[in-house]
Amino acid sequence: MIAIADYGMGNRRSVEKALAHVGAASVITSDVRDASAIILPGVGAFPEAMRSIERTGLGEQLIERAAAGVPLLGICLGMQLLFESSTEHEGAAGLGILPGTVTRLESPRLPHIGWNLVRFGRESALTEGLGDAAAFYHVHSFACRPADDGDVVGVSEYGERFVSVVERDNVMAAQFHPEKSSIDGLKMLKNFAALAAVPVA
Amino acid sequence: MHYKRVIPCMDVDNGRVVKGTKFIDIRDAGDPVELAAHYDAQGADELIFLDITATSDKRATVVELARRAADQVFVPFTIGGGVRQVQDAHDVLGAGADKVAINSAALARPELIDELAQVFGAQCVVLAIDAKRRPDGSYEAYVAGGRTPTGKDALEWAREGVERGAGEILLTSMDRDGTNDGYELRLTNRVANVVDVPVIASGGAGHPQDLVEALTVGADAVLCASIFHYGSHTIPEVKDALRKAGFETRPIAANPLA
Repeated sequence: MIAIADYGMGNRRSVEKALAHVGAASVITSDVRDASAIILPGVGAFPEAMRSIERTGLGEQLIERAAAGVPLLGICLGMQLLFESSTEHEGAAGLGILPGTVTRLESPRLPHIGWNLVRFGRESALTEGLGDAAAFYHVHSFACRPADDGDVVGVSEYGERFVSVVERDNVMAAQFHPEKSSIDGLKMLKNFAALAAVPVA
Repeated sequence: MHYKRVIPCMDVDNGRVVKGTKFIDIRDAGDPVELAAHYDAQGADELIFLDITATSDKRATVVELARRAADQVFVPFTIGGGVRQVQDAHDVLGAGADKVAINSAALARPELIDELAQVFGAQCVVLAIDAKRRPDGSYEAYVAGGRTPTGKDALEWAREGVERGAGEILLTSMDRDGTNDGYELRLTNRVANVVDVPVIASGGAGHPQDLVEALTVGADAVLCASIFHYGSHTIPEVKDALRKAGFETRPIAANPLA
């Protein structure tokens, strides 16, 4: 069962319905300890989201489960939360599951909203079957700056080139919304759901 | 790469898609969610549902519509009709919609735009304007499905709406709506020039070339209804026309969900 981490923010319902469409059962919950895979969604501001995550006790669970090898997918703000810190608003520490920071997108017009091309620089479990590039629906003003280039799977361009897909072992994330990106987005979620079926050692 | 958007629109009355000419003479075009899922599969970039049912329990109707759409539609979608306060928008967005469109309620109380933008962000707030040309060549905003003039200049209203926090303008020409005679390009161009947010051209699309023209004069997206509902053109056809005219459209996946 895939757990969609619930901390009161983000379009959890859309993620749940997209998973159902590709045949993957999921549950929206703030207790992810028994899940075979976890999705961390998110819409809103980073500091507020971290406060909610700490309050619900999800933070420790996510860090512990990621270390245990459970497949974890961050979406949009959920991607940013996986990193060490963000400069949004007053700034805040993140979960620190992935090395790197989150800063404002260097673009004259924000937020970045709309379909944008993502180019894949290396293979990954998440992007299998998607070719070298595909279009996805983005809505954000901040972007992740991974400390380790080896984690970078895909980049988008909006004012600047920024990292839009990462993967480090069992931890992966997308800056855009696969659940709102039609067939290619559904394919990505299906790829992730396939990982949930593999038992964690 | 910024892609111009093709947005099929479903006008929904009592749970059915309807399409009229100049806001009257309405014909039935099927179940809104089935139609929307079909357009998603064809390559629609976004979808808009405008509930035109004039009933008191409208809010419950649009929340249910958002819920049903979220079950089957996997591109961003906007819901309009029945959003009069922050709580209405909260319910519609929570049910799975990505944006809310507001029209009459914003003209009655413009602060609604500020409130929605503050709570949900400008990207969630679409200001819908139904504009009708006056004899002197200016445009007036209308409400109540195009029946009631407001005395408000459509361009001024667009500018004010954006200042208050609208993230997008859905601009419908009442003179062209449903006519298939092409968008009101002069109106589209004028509004695109006075606001710095995306303008969705609406009303009058009858041929792929009409879409090309609206994008050429400054629209960021084109809304279509009857051209798709009654099968005169498909989404791949119009996207092909856009590409040939030099407008980039998003690549569509060829790979099935195998």
